[in-house]
Amino acid sequence: MQKRLPIVLLSLMSLVAIMVSCEKIIPSSPKEDEILDGPVEGLSYEQLRRFALGDAAFNNEIFSPENGLGPGFVATSCGSCHAGDGKGHPFTTLVRFGQTDETGNKFLDQGGPQLQNRAIPGYKPEQIPSGATFSKFTPPANTGLGFLELVADADILAMADPQDLDNDGISGIPNYAILPTYVQAINNAIVLKGKYIHRFGKKAAAYNLLHQTVNAYNQDIGITSSFDPEDAYTRMVIDPEIPTLTVNNVVFYLQTLKAPMQRDAGNAEVETGRKLFEKINCSGCHKPTLKTGFSPVAALSNKEFHPYTDLLLHDMGPGLDDGYTEGSAKTSEWRTPPLWGLGLSMNSQGGSYHLLHDGRAKSIEEAVTLHGGEASASRNRFNQLSGAEKNAMLRFLESL
Amino acid sequence: MKKLFTLIISIGIGQMAFAQIDPKLLRAKPSDTAKNSLNMDAVYERPFIAVGKLPVSVGGYMEANWQYQGTEGISEGQQFQFRRMTLFVASTISKRIKFLSEIEFEPAEKEIAVEFAALDLELHPLLNLRGGMILNPIGAFNQNHDGPKWEFTDRPIAMTQMLPATWSSAGFGIYGKNYSGDWMLGYELYATSSFDDSIIANPENRTSLAASKRNPERFEEIASGQPLLTGKVAVRRNNIGELGLSYMGGVYNKWRSDGIVIDDKRRLNVFAIDFNTTLPKLKTFITAEWAWIRVDVPDTYSQQFGSRQMGGYMDIVQPVIKKTILGWQHSVVSLACRVEYVDWNVGKFRETGGNIGDELFSVMPGISFRPRQQTVLRFSYRKQWQKDILGNPAARTGAFQLGVSTYF
Repeated sequence: MQKRLPIVLLSLMSLVAIMVSCEKIIPSSPKEDEILDGPVEGLSYEQLRRFALGDAAFNNEIFSPENGLGPGFVATSCGSCHAGDGKGHPFTTLVRFGQTDETGNKFLDQGGPQLQNRAIPGYKPEQIPSGATFSKFTPPANTGLGFLELVADADILAMADPQDLDNDGISGIPNYAILPTYVQAINNAIVLKGKYIHRFGKKAAAYNLLHQTVNAYNQDIGITSSFDPEDAYTRMVIDPEIPTLTVNNVVFYLQTLKAPMQRDAGNAEVETGRKLFEKINCSGCHKPTLKTGFSPVAALSNKEFHPYTDLLLHDMGPGLDDGYTEGSAKTSEWRTPPLWGLGLSMNSQGGSYHLLHDGRAKSIEEAVTLHGGEASASRNRFNQLSGAEKNAMLRFLESL
Repeated sequence: MKKLFTLIISIGIGQMAFAQIDPKLLRAKPSDTAKNSLNMDAVYERPFIAVGKLPVSVGGYMEANWQYQGTEGISEGQQFQFRRMTLFVASTISKRIKFLSEIEFEPAEKEIAVEFAALDLELHPLLNLRGGMILNPIGAFNQNHDGPKWEFTDRPIAMTQMLPATWSSAGFGIYGKNYSGDWMLGYELYATSSFDDSIIANPENRTSLAASKRNPERFEEIASGQPLLTGKVAVRRNNIGELGLSYMGGVYNKWRSDGIVIDDKRRLNVFAIDFNTTLPKLKTFITAEWAWIRVDVPDTYSQQFGSRQMGGYMDIVQPVIKKTILGWQHSVVSLACRVEYVDWNVGKFRETGGNIGDELFSVMPGISFRPRQQTVLRFSYRKQWQKDILGNPAARTGAFQLGVSTYF
């Protein structure tokens, strides 16, 4: 018995040591600035609980025919299109069709505006109707959307220059569109002939994150809600397939996702690139700094942030004109995409870049050189930069 | 008051009943682990206890563990888990008619399942009839999965999350064995209840044979109306090892409703190969299994649900100490390592031509202590890399597990 005691004690001590130290041995978290998901700093416990519920619904709730998927659909969950809350992949790139001008979509009775290119077993997916123009939309990153939602209409309008009065070749106009019945206008909303300034989506055709979320559930996954009970496949009003509370939690999750953090901000090459970015006037559209208005969520209220967008539509030239549009945008007009998080895109796009609205650009440099229209002058200046200067600017963009 | 009275009476009767059993009458029938047998024999190769001369013997096993697991720095902390308790009841109805049942309790899954309950009728050593609830002989793990036999708390991922172990079905079939010198040959062939549409429409967001396990109607109704066929051939040569080749396949989807054809018939086909051996000098035990799955998924559905899967594992167990430890005679300490890989979606994206991800690789070293053959204390550390369907950087997981498992 005396001989056994040291063995028993040694074994027990080893076990206790392992149990205590195991926390330090498991894989550690990536650095905060290397990932896009996570809540904005400063949320209360109550808000964090709601964030967690929205996170679970967004990333973990998988739809199947049993709980409402389809019949036509693009993806089976929110997280399928936005891995790690980052940009999407061509696998989940969606197709919209049927609208060529501000008079509206002429193919709503033939499945427009969005193609449900997949269908549950036993059903046929939609086809693009003959004669309809279309455009492919790569899913955007989700992070920092709550900040963008809180930019005042007046601030967006202040960045617009429809007549190009400053002669920089850049105009920029908001997308005015009619609100869906379930969407409430923000305080101090600016209205033009009954239409409101929209800001989300490739064509800025979604008013706020509720509008965006409800539309995505309906058009991407085929899930009806109390906000939009019309089934995208049959065009019939059916019972909601998702609780209203879940939709609200997902909206809250999107509102309170943190803003992407810049990496290597103090690096000399990155700083050189930032200066070049401004010098060649990329910042004419990709505005580095915006600010939020009041929000009941203190962590979002009256904050300055750095999204590199102006939330306005710009004519990007014939090369990026697919002949399809939404709201009051012209077919060649695209909303300035935020550049924050750009350098982390490959981590959610399967290790490759799939940039611009349809993922056609396979590198940041290619994306820059495919700019046209109002961005032609900046693109030309970029092309004239030396190799070192281009590298510095690309390094800066990768740091975002 | 009534409940208290009932409780006291129950305890009293229980103690009286216990007192009436003469422990000398309890005949332990330990499994003959030294005997060369095939994986197909695993259902009977268990320690049973018989009471007196009753033709019924009983047994079972349990598994419990402590776990600390984290992925990319995120952990739910320390967990205590009671995985399962299983009860066996075997009965020799006559010399050539046997019945064996296995009932499994899994508290975490809120599941009490009849995992095996079959009548075996011997017509000839080479021709036995088996009917009831059977374990489909696909691969080896599905047949030979008792916790105390393994050096790790976790079951192999490829065999449980890709192949659906443990997968039992209602059905009938035949099996047989033949010995000749150092050679042993066995075969099994069954027609059973099958899978359903949930294998390509489920919350796992991937093709999952295991998803059909949630459908309790599968024991009464085959979704396709056509049986699942499972067959296996295994050969063992002493001093070399056992090699098994198995197949499982059939139409899985509900293609007809009330006589109306509502869909195409779609098949699944599964092939598996398994091998185990004990190296003669080192006594190193190696067991490995690999499986390939092909599922007919409609082209118009989503590539989220793959039409091809593959995966497997290999366990290497090296006994390092065999002696009396802490008073337990013939106790064994072993070092072990499991390597596993699963690709839940083999193929290329139609949109890009790039490789579809959804794959996992894991290495799990461990150490086990067996105070006796039927009881194991085991400790392991898992390091795992798992890629999502897009092939984004793998999520790294680490997991410590300390567990016990024993037959009783």
